[in-house]
Formats: sequence, structure tokens, C-alpha cells
Amino acid sequence: MDTSKSNLFYACEMVLEEEGIYGDVSCDEWAFSLLPLDVDLLSMELPEFFRDYFLEGDQRWINTVAQALHLLSTLYGPFLNCYGIGRCAKMSYDLWRKLEEEEDSETKGRRPEIGHIFLLDRDMDFVTALCSQVVYEGLVDDTFRIKCGSVDFGPEVTSSDKSLKVLLNAEDKVFNEIRNEHFSNVFGFLSQKARNLQAQYDRRRGMDIKQMKNFVSQELKGLKQEHRLLSLHIGACESIMKKKTKQDFQELIKTEHALLEGFNIRESTNYIEEHIDRQVSPIESLRLMCLLSITENGLIPKDYRSLKTQYLQSYGPEHLLTFSNLRRAGLLTEQAPGDTLTAVENKMSKLVTDKAAGKITDAFSSLAKRSNFRAISKKLNLIPRVDGEYDLKVPRDMAYVFSGAYVPLSCRIIEQVLERRSWQGLDEVIRLLNCSEFAFTDMTKEDKASSESLRLILVVFLGGCTFSEISALRFLGRERGYRFIFLTTAITNSARLMEAMSEVKA
Amino acid sequence: MNRTKGDEEEYWNSSKFKAFTFDDEDDELSQLKESKRAVNSLRDFVDDDDDDDLERVSWTGEPVGSISWSIKETAGNSGSTPEGREQLKGRNSFYTQLPKPTSTYSLSSFFKGRTRPGSFQSLSDALSDTPSKSYAPELGRPKGEYRDYSNDWSPSDTVRRLRRGKVCSLERFRSLQDKLQLLEEAVSMHDGNVITAVLIFLKRTLSKEILFRELEVRQVALRHLIHFLKETGDQKLLLDLFRFLDRTEELALTHYREHLNIQDPEKRKEFLKTCIGLPFSAEDSAHIQDHYTLLERQIIIEANDRHLESAGQTEIFRKHPRKASILNMPLVTTLFYACFYHYTESEGTFSSPINLKKTFKIPDKQYVLTALAARAKLRAWNDVDALFTTKNWLGYTKKRAPIGFHRVVEILHKNSAPVQILQDYVNLVEDVDTKLNLATKLKCHDVVIDTCRDLKDRQQLLAYRSKVDKGSVEEEKIDAILNSSQIRWKN
Repeated sequence: MDTSKSNLFYACEMVLEEEGIYGDVSCDEWAFSLLPLDVDLLSMELPEFFRDYFLEGDQRWINTVAQALHLLSTLYGPFLNCYGIGRCAKMSYDLWRKLEEEEDSETKGRRPEIGHIFLLDRDMDFVTALCSQVVYEGLVDDTFRIKCGSVDFGPEVTSSDKSLKVLLNAEDKVFNEIRNEHFSNVFGFLSQKARNLQAQYDRRRGMDIKQMKNFVSQELKGLKQEHRLLSLHIGACESIMKKKTKQDFQELIKTEHALLEGFNIRESTNYIEEHIDRQVSPIESLRLMCLLSITENGLIPKDYRSLKTQYLQSYGPEHLLTFSNLRRAGLLTEQAPGDTLTAVENKMSKLVTDKAAGKITDAFSSLAKRSNFRAISKKLNLIPRVDGEYDLKVPRDMAYVFSGAYVPLSCRIIEQVLERRSWQGLDEVIRLLNCSEFAFTDMTKEDKASSESLRLILVVFLGGCTFSEISALRFLGRERGYRFIFLTTAITNSARLMEAMSEVKA
Repeated sequence: MNRTKGDEEEYWNSSKFKAFTFDDEDDELSQLKESKRAVNSLRDFVDDDDDDDLERVSWTGEPVGSISWSIKETAGNSGSTPEGREQLKGRNSFYTQLPKPTSTYSLSSFFKGRTRPGSFQSLSDALSDTPSKSYAPELGRPKGEYRDYSNDWSPSDTVRRLRRGKVCSLERFRSLQDKLQLLEEAVSMHDGNVITAVLIFLKRTLSKEILFRELEVRQVALRHLIHFLKETGDQKLLLDLFRFLDRTEELALTHYREHLNIQDPEKRKEFLKTCIGLPFSAEDSAHIQDHYTLLERQIIIEANDRHLESAGQTEIFRKHPRKASILNMPLVTTLFYACFYHYTESEGTFSSPINLKKTFKIPDKQYVLTALAARAKLRAWNDVDALFTTKNWLGYTKKRAPIGFHRVVEILHKNSAPVQILQDYVNLVEDVDTKLNLATKLKCHDVVIDTCRDLKDRQQLLAYRSKVDKGSVEEEKIDAILNSSQIRWKN
């Protein structure tokens, strides 16, 4: 039995002791570390991870992550190649290695089944997490909020007066086919399926008794099941369409793309201002401001002041606290005077190469969290150049998850590092990202590894990952012959991120 | 106890042990030595894991290691007797218990005639020989992983134990240096839970000045302390800490945050007043001032309107009863409310929209947008008109809008404005494409027709013809235009 009580925080025990009930209660730890949400998705169900670490700097969950890695390496053998980017990734990795040493791991002698493991901090790519999602699963999450792999579909979706809780994973055959698709394909796909289904049903017209009996016993159940799922997803699509039209989704996406690509910034800022003035949604307004801030390396002071004032006027003065949180986390910042891109970059390079000092103090680290999104975007070709229409039906790169406008940064980094099997050639990018990176290859196990295991990659998102990223990497896997397994501290999206930072419960 | 008396006799008289009887006249010292030997060997026996026969039972009869036993153990007062304190000097443990001399395992049976626990004091020499081991079998000691406790854990060992959730007393880290070393170890391990555990200990055993001083240069530990204080609601210490660190803005924000816990509007208002002088940045100070002023106004308006509503004399309140209180609503919502219920009031009243606009310096754009939404909801089209009508220097009226007429049309449409009104405003939309789109969407036929004509776009006009009703006025109009020879069509 695992004797680790790591999740029973000492702070909790202290409170029990102070209140004089320490001995009267028996404390146990429910050692629940990993929840399999799907065949390739493991979640630690720790949504609080994001705020605790990225806002408060509390490292309380790092041990939990290390334990999860330990569990996986115990089950699947040692990982051959370990890559990571970000402070939290580094700390989790270090702690995990200490754990392995201490426990004198039972992994020795085991064949490695997982060839690569990649650890990422959420804050090395906020942009992706803040974008509106347009792949089906992401859209369902944005619209209905998927919890622990299941979703509550209300009456408007189920076409009855009841709500239904539906499990969304690979078991749902219909869902599995559409989950990674761009939304524009989904309706067409579902209609086709509906027609096929109807044709199947119609077959029974020409049947004799024997055939009918066969049909009823073998096929009818499956068809009924498919019919049920189909109508649910069609209902969901309709509901999504309705909501998005009402929200003027088209305009919203246009603004997001402009921000990602870096043109029409003034227009986008005006759009955001109007969004706030109209009191459309506190979370959405915040999200857009953060997207503007990160892509532009902070808002210009005039805009920061004016948008902040208008936000407080539209959504409540207590959000002063929310703005303070966002600033601390690096999500919504103000450009310091004289903060041209080159000036910032010079400061950065001095700090990052100053590793001899070993410590980057907090004052600097908040500075260090400045994003250099435009430069990174150019270096990594995150904005695809398209001649003509971008074909969403047969996507040619990961940008399809954002309608061809943008390749998720996190996914691109993973792609590049896997290609090179190291961080070689990515120095400039790392410098711009302002994170520490690491790579470690266990040479001793190299020969034991099968080619099968070398294609299996475990990606660990510290702070949450979105369905869009999962879809993009699944696509990459199909293209390059990899198989990705995802481990995340929690599933996230832009709304959850903003809610975590909001001091005031909406 | 599951042994019979006979067994016990055998046990004590077995060859493993030197026989002790109470009748021996031996020299005290040699007896002590014998005791020491016996106890040592007994200890091995007792320590032996594999021996399942030996069931360890505590003084109260509970098997050692059971829940009820551990409750009693931890509830007990270790160190309350002088002898207990002596023992504790050499040991660190939450679980130290002075064995009471009432069981058959009584140690006094090893010493001739010595039944008093005072015999332990004479063992102090023996104790000092091997400081980490006790000579008395520690029967109160828990089984399992805790058996291996000693008081000699180094800081890195301690931290490692803490990470695994093992029992670990930090009491022995008494010197500041030891404490800081422990903290350093915890920080280098990266586990936030351990860092917090150490900080809890430091907070308890260090004066706050020293604690603050040391943490000032240790950023990681400092962050954990701040978070810990926030979570446990130790507002006072948190404020002291920020004051010490001269983090004035965080000091102000932490103080301000408290207002969320105050429900009563009057009390909250009073509290906000105390926030005004705090060391916020210049902009934030203005926001705090506005917050206070806003709540102050809302309290007045709320009281007044509640009175009006219950009196039942005011038409607007009768027709549109209030759905919620205006307290703690954002400014824009308050403005909407004022435009809805108090539109005609002069600048002098607290509830007049103009007053709100002036007091809070609400920009024109925002004001017009909000007023429009309110008046449109009430279907007060004249008021809507008045919002956009200005007289230019020649005395002609002209319609202007700081928000773009397409927005105006949208809001009017949302509130089901009659087509005539919509049409007028669609006509005012500046951008031609937007105008056409809107007009088409909203079926403002005249506008579409006129715009197509102005654009000289025959194709579009033809296409639109099929959309209008057969034999309608619009169709006739289209036909007239199409047949007109004066227009140079583009297509």
C-alpha cells in the first residue's frame, strides 16, 4: 500500500490540531491520482493547479505530479527520452527523479514502453488556451462545459423535456468520428450518417420473416444506439449554431484571428472596447483583453487604463482585484514606457544567459514572463501562409484546429523537439519563450526499446490542456506515425482560465 | 493479554534472560548492568518483526497500532511527568509515553524492589551512552513505519520524511541556523506542501520580525507563506508582512479584498471609506473612490425607490416592477436603471442619469448606448430620437451618434422597434455594405431599393425584386426605377 500521504496537506492537519479535534478524526488520503477520461487521455482532475501555481506560486501539487509520473513509469517501464519546458516542468521532473532514486524503483529491468515524455508549463503558451475553439469536442466544451469526460445536455439538445448526462469518449462511435473535426465538417458528416441510418432502417421493408428476425436480433439494437447518439449530437450542433449566431461569433473569430496575425490591432481594440461597453460577458471581455495583451506584449498604457476603467464600470468595481491577479500572472499587462520589443529582448537575453547566478528572483521572473509572441510566431511559422482557401475537410497541418489561422504554439514546440529528438536549433525560440528547457535521454535503455515504444509519446500539461491541443496532436500523430497519450492536471479552456483568475465569483 | 501465568513464568525464566527474582541481594550497580543487558536483549526480541506471537498491547488493553490506541496515545500528555520530560530531552516524538508501572510488562520487574518510575532517572547514565536508543522497551511506540523514528534526522532526511507524509517532529530544529537549513532543504525539494509544513513550524517558533526578515530574501518560501496566510485567513499577519516588505500596493489590495466578506450595504460602505486613503496607484485610488461613491448613491436610490414602489403612486414602477435591488450593481447597470426609471429627472437628484454621467465621468459613447437600450426597452421612440438629434449652427437638426448607427439599429431591432423607426436609422448607417446587409436582413425595402439605385447596381435590385411581395408598393417602385432611363446602370 502506498504510504505516501502527500495530498493530505500539513496546513489541513494544522487546522485540525488548532481546533482541538486532531485526534478525534481519522484522516485518510484518497490516493486518487489519475482518471482515465479516454483511451489516450489521463487527467489528474486538479483544476486548482493553475491558480495555485501560476498565480500564487504555490508548489503544493508538484509532488502529486511526480507521483503520477512514478506510477506511470512503474506500470510502463522507464521513459527513454524526457523533454520539458518551463520551471514547473523542471521541478516536477527533478522531484520525480528523486522519487525514483529513493524508491529504488521497480522499473529497473523493465522494458520501456513509452519512448518519449514531454512536460510543458501552461504559461509557455497562454495564447492557445485563450482562443475560441472550433473543433467539435472543443466547441462542446466551450458551450456546454465537459466535466470529467461527460456533459449535461439540456432539453434544447435532447428535444425532450429532460436533461441528459452523456459520456463523451471513444466508446461513443458517432462522437469519436467527429470529435477532432472542424465544426464546419460536422453537420455534413452527421447528415450523411443520418441518411445512411435511414437507409439501414429502410432495408427492413424488403425483408422476409427470417431476415427480419435476424435484423431485429442482430442489428436493430446497434442501429437504435447509433440513432440515439446521432440525434443527440445533431441537437448539440443545432444548439451550438444558435448560440454562436446570437453571439455574433463570426465577428468574434475575425477579431481573434486579427490579434493572432498581428494586423488591425486598433480595430480589434475598438471591438473589445465595444464588447465591454455592451456588457456582453465578463469572462469573454477579459479573455479578449488577455489575448490582446499577450499577442502585443502588453497593452499600451492608454488602452490599459481606458479598458480597465470601462471594464470596472461595466462589470463591477471589485474586479480591480481580478486585474491585479491577471497582472501578476502575466496574462494582462501594461507596456512599460520605452518598452519596445528590442529593448525587452535585450533585457531578457542578459537574464536568461545569466544562469551562472542560478537564481532568477521573482521580481525578474514576472518581467521574464513577458511574451514575445510575434517573434516566436514568425520563427515557428505559427501563422500559415495560404494561397487560396484553407481546406478544412482535408487539413494539411495542425492549424486546422483554429480554422487554418494559427498553429497552436505548444503543439508546434512538441513537433519540433520530437523531430530533432532534442532542443538543438531551437535556442532562439527558447530565449524568446523565456522558459528554462531540459532534455534527458536514458541511454542505458536505448537498446531495450522497441520501435513501437519509440513512437509512443506521453505529453504532460502542467496547468491544463485544451481539446484543441489534443485534436491537433492527434492529427500530428496520424501524420507522423506517433501515438500520443495525454496527461493533464485538468482539462481547461479560456473560460476556466479566466474564472480561475477572477477574484469575484460571477 | 493472551498469555497464561504459567507461560509468563516460563518466558521470564527462559535461557535468554538472566533470571530475576525479587529476592536477590545483589549489588545495585551490577543489577543495573544486568538490567541493561536484559533490556537490550529483550528489545531485540520485541523488535523482531517476524514474531507474530508477541502481540503488543498498550497499558489500557488496546492492541498497539490500532485506531483507538493511537487516539489515546495522541490524546495523552507526553512529557507531563518529570520523568517523561527527561525522556523527551533525548528524544523527539509526538508519541512518547511514559510506561505506567501497572502492567505485567512493568520495567520495575527488572529492578529489585524498585517499583517507582523514579528508577528511570538512574538510567540517565545508560541513556547517555547511546543517545539515540532508549533502554526501556517503548511499548507505547506505534508499529510499522514509525518504528524507525529517532531524533537524529538531518534536515534533508526530515524533509524527505515530510514529503512522504511520515510523522516528523520539527521541534529539534531550535537554532535559527537549523531552521533556515531545514527551510532550504524543503525549498530545494520543490514540494510546496513540505515548504508550507516547515513554514507553519517557523511561524510558530519565530518572532514575526525574524521570520519576515529571513523570508524577505527567500522568494519561493515567501510566496508559500503569503498563500498560506491567505488561505487560513490570517489577515492581520498578512498585512503586517506586506507592510514589512514595503509592498504597499498588495497591502492596499489585501485590505480592500475584505469588503467582499461584508454583506450589509451600510457596513460595506463604511469599510470602503477606510480603503480610500490606502497606498493604491493613482488610477486605482480613483477606482476605489468611485466604488465608494457608487455604493453610497445606490443606498440612497434603493431606499428612495423602494419607498416609491411600495407607495404605488409612480407609474413607471407600477408598469415595470423592479426585479432586483440596485445595490452592488456595476455602474453601467446603475446608469441603465436610472435611464429606465428616472430619465426625466434633473441633474440635481442622485438618481438622475445626467448626474451619474457627470459624477463618474461616463464617456458619451457609453452614455448614449445605455440610454438607448433603456429607452428602447420602454419603446420610447421619441426619447431615442432626441438622443441623436443635435442642432447644427444653422439651426438644422441632424442626427449624430458616437456609437455607429449599425449598433443603434441592432439595439432597436432587439427591442422590436416598428419597421418605420428601424428604416429611418438603417438609412443613417454610414458604411454602404453594412447598410445594405442590415436593410436586407431587416426587410427595410425602401432602404434596399434606394441604396441599390444609388449604387447603380441593377443585378442586385433585380434579385431583390423576387424577394418582395407580388403586387406590392415596393415591387412597383422597383419596376419604376428599373424602367427609368435616367440611371446609368453598372451591371
